[in-house]
Amino acid sequence: MLNVLKSREALLAASWLALIALAGSITPNFVSIQGLRDLMTDLSILVVLAVAQMIVILIRGIDLSVAANLAFTGMVVALLSVANPGLPTVVWPLVCIVVGAMVGMLNGALIAELQIPPIVVTLGTMSIWRGMIFVISGGSWVVQHQFPEGYLAVPRTQILGLTLFFWIGLTVAAGMWLVMTQTRFGRELYGMGGNPRAAQYAGVRVKHHEFWVYTITGALAGLSGWLWTSRYAMANTDVAAGFELQTVAACVIGGVAIAGGAGTVIGAVFGALFLGTLYNILPVIGVSQFWQQALSGAIILLAVYFNMISRKPPVRRILPLASPQGAGE
Amino acid sequence: MSVSHEAPADLPAPPTLSVGKILRSRELVLIGLLAMVFIGGNASSPWFLDIYNLLDSTAIFSEIALMALGTALVIITRDIDISMASILALSSLVMGLASQHLGLGAVPLVLIGLATGALCGAVNGTLVARLGMPAIVVTIGTMSLFRGIAAGILGDGKIAEFPTAFTAIGQSYLFGMIPLSFVVFILLSVVFVVLTHFTVLGRNLFALGNNPEGARYSGVRTNRLRFLLFTLNGLMAGLAAVFLTARLGSTRPDIAMGLEMEVITMVVLGGVSISGGKGTITGVVLAALVIGFLRLAVTLNNVPGNILIVFTGLLLIGSVALPIIGEKYAYLFKLMRRPRN
Repeated sequence: MLNVLKSREALLAASWLALIALAGSITPNFVSIQGLRDLMTDLSILVVLAVAQMIVILIRGIDLSVAANLAFTGMVVALLSVANPGLPTVVWPLVCIVVGAMVGMLNGALIAELQIPPIVVTLGTMSIWRGMIFVISGGSWVVQHQFPEGYLAVPRTQILGLTLFFWIGLTVAAGMWLVMTQTRFGRELYGMGGNPRAAQYAGVRVKHHEFWVYTITGALAGLSGWLWTSRYAMANTDVAAGFELQTVAACVIGGVAIAGGAGTVIGAVFGALFLGTLYNILPVIGVSQFWQQALSGAIILLAVYFNMISRKPPVRRILPLASPQGAGE
Repeated sequence: MSVSHEAPADLPAPPTLSVGKILRSRELVLIGLLAMVFIGGNASSPWFLDIYNLLDSTAIFSEIALMALGTALVIITRDIDISMASILALSSLVMGLASQHLGLGAVPLVLIGLATGALCGAVNGTLVARLGMPAIVVTIGTMSLFRGIAAGILGDGKIAEFPTAFTAIGQSYLFGMIPLSFVVFILLSVVFVVLTHFTVLGRNLFALGNNPEGARYSGVRTNRLRFLLFTLNGLMAGLAAVFLTARLGSTRPDIAMGLEMEVITMVVLGGVSISGGKGTITGVVLAALVIGFLRLAVTLNNVPGNILIVFTGLLLIGSVALPIIGEKYAYLFKLMRRPRN
């Protein structure tokens, strides 16, 4: 099991590098220092959100509201920064994390406390927060020249030749990897995903963990709101529309099982890197950006199919059990 | 003791729809909600109770409600489908292409729209029922794929070349006042009520939704049934595409964007349990009316569509959360209640 996962990540990493090499052979600019720096900057947002989505899928949930959360938080902080341009830049990511976490807490409360299926809750909150963007902004946009200088400049600061965007993505991924592999909380999440009832009987505080998982996901989505608005210097109602599907796609490519309990942070990260790079390559190989969405869909289906056939027994078992979806298929 | 409170209601095969059940349950709440919408609508706008306004507004929600009928059956059998709005978009595009390049008439266009929808639904059905992939990711994937194909082909353009006979489908009225789509919705609702609540097929749906394994061992061809339901849902999305495209007289890749949320809201508000096995078509029809007329009331008060989705979102969560909250805190009222059986 562990070997399969390891080889999947190695495979993904190899195909990711191959993808970059392919693009580089067509357009050498793509693999120039500047090109790679831009690529890393672009990918960081998807990496953060894929990692956020991964922990939700791991516990058998799904969060379709991450993109709406990103857009809402982005608008909140954009409006705040326009109104208070004098405040230090460090305030904005903190505001984003707090607002995002509160949005996530609402999901968490409805899902963990009231036991409403995650798909229903997050489909609903997705609309609510999208609509709320319009409510708080009155339908207007916040555009480049309105942002305070530091807001746009700070994330572009280069450290060791890479932008702060990259370092934030790396920090989030590394932090999550630590939490998921080195802490009791992370281990218990795997247990919950594999068998929630057994986890409960084993003393895992299932509801408590579920609530905090959605909150963490919300906080990371909020952080992405700051990254997105400063990266694209724009906040409006349609920011990141449909981006939630890319986060799910990144996870399933990375081998996160949609049935829960299996998947790694490294897998999700490479899933995001692979998918994001593929999108960036489309124009290079002469495919219209308009095909991006269809490509996501096809990749999701293919990835889920391969996950399914490559991982027939979802959990290591001593005795075979009848599968709940009907045996003998 | 208190253990016996929960289970027994389900043991004898209960009728899936009866007058008594309607009077006791969700339908009554929905009728109450509908009355509130009418009272509120009338109080907030003098044009709400205008019969032409009321009937005209049915054209807008009938298209969504048609998809809700199909989706209700999918959800009753414990599956989920969130790709129908994207199926609608693709069907609409294919009709547009057929009209633009082949110059087809109204009837072939309608058939092409329906066939495209059914085909997309069959793709979902194959992946879910034949290959055994989880419905939620399959339809998340095809939601992106189907609309993505439409976007890839059309880019940010649009097709507005439809024959008059075709656009008449979405713009003509029975007796000069009832939109055709509403008539079709009402007729199909009757068909769905009969099919779901008064046939063996309908009984099988509930069996499958309550206990897939049990249904299989009782001889229900569960995978075939699931496949058929996804195909049917695609077909309904194709039908909705016909009405919507004809009403707008044009198609764009972002047509019906986000409608899947409204469809699921109708189904869930209608009392269909998202975990399967429970629900009535009459509830879904009533929920469609509630949401449709709420939308009219809100629109008449000049609230933009972007804010309307906040209401729909709240309604979706509220309709699931409130009964749960009610049950959870029912013990506060326990002294006033006596269990009936």
